[in-house]
Amino acid sequence: MSKSAKSSFVYATYIRTTPERLWSALTDAEQMKEYWLGMHLKTNWKAGAEWQMLFPDGRVADTGEILELDPPRRIVLRWRNEFRPELKAEGFALCTMDLEAVGAAVKLTITHTIERADSKFIEAVSVGWPKVLSNLKSMLETGQVVLTGLHEAHDEVGV
Amino acid sequence: MGDDAVFKALADASRRLLLDRLHRKNGQTLGGLCDGLSMTRQAVAKHLAVLRKANLVSWKRQGRERLHFINPVPINEIAERWISKFEYPRLRALSKLKKTLEGNKS
Repeated sequence: MSKSAKSSFVYATYIRTTPERLWSALTDAEQMKEYWLGMHLKTNWKAGAEWQMLFPDGRVADTGEILELDPPRRIVLRWRNEFRPELKAEGFALCTMDLEAVGAAVKLTITHTIERADSKFIEAVSVGWPKVLSNLKSMLETGQVVLTGLHEAHDEVGV
Repeated sequence: MGDDAVFKALADASRRLLLDRLHRKNGQTLGGLCDGLSMTRQAVAKHLAVLRKANLVSWKRQGRERLHFINPVPINEIAERWISKFEYPRLRALSKLKKTLEGNKS
């Protein structure tokens, strides 16, 4: 059994779409606003580039750096919360998005890891991701999202 | 991996117990999950396979070990199918109230 001081989660969803279509949904600000409860990621989508996750009103929610970009297969982001001091204090986490074609669908796997035990940040994002992923799946499969806006507090969304 | 697979996987107390254990402590090995259970290692492995097939458990390799993680995305999809965004905050409040009244057991 490993006792390494780490917190992580691995979420996976199967979406009936193509890797290219999913890649475009993950990297296009306008599409992102649709399923990410109004938020979007601002960057130039180049490896090594910095990124900012913005609330609908333009405030910065999270920041980081693009570590790896391999269209349409893999995105690796360094990720830090910016709007909750106790989460920001935990420093950078690593977020990996893997896209893998499986039959007529694409398996999207999100792995979020931080090098510390019992991370509050990981706890917070683990609440937000399932909603975002369900929305993304609905958008790509039916053209409609389930949740349209940031309801409740931002910490419910977790990002 | 449709809804049928999710409901079938959840219709078993042992498998729900495994999900509870992952919910409490995410990223466990097969050996870790077996600790303190009366199930055999083979039985746990078999249940994990059903949960993986239903996409309720995801995993990643770490050296020679395979770590298992609870994947709540399919459950969230089922929930959102019937629970609208207007009802959601109220249901959260109700479930919080229930937890408080029942002594925070679950």
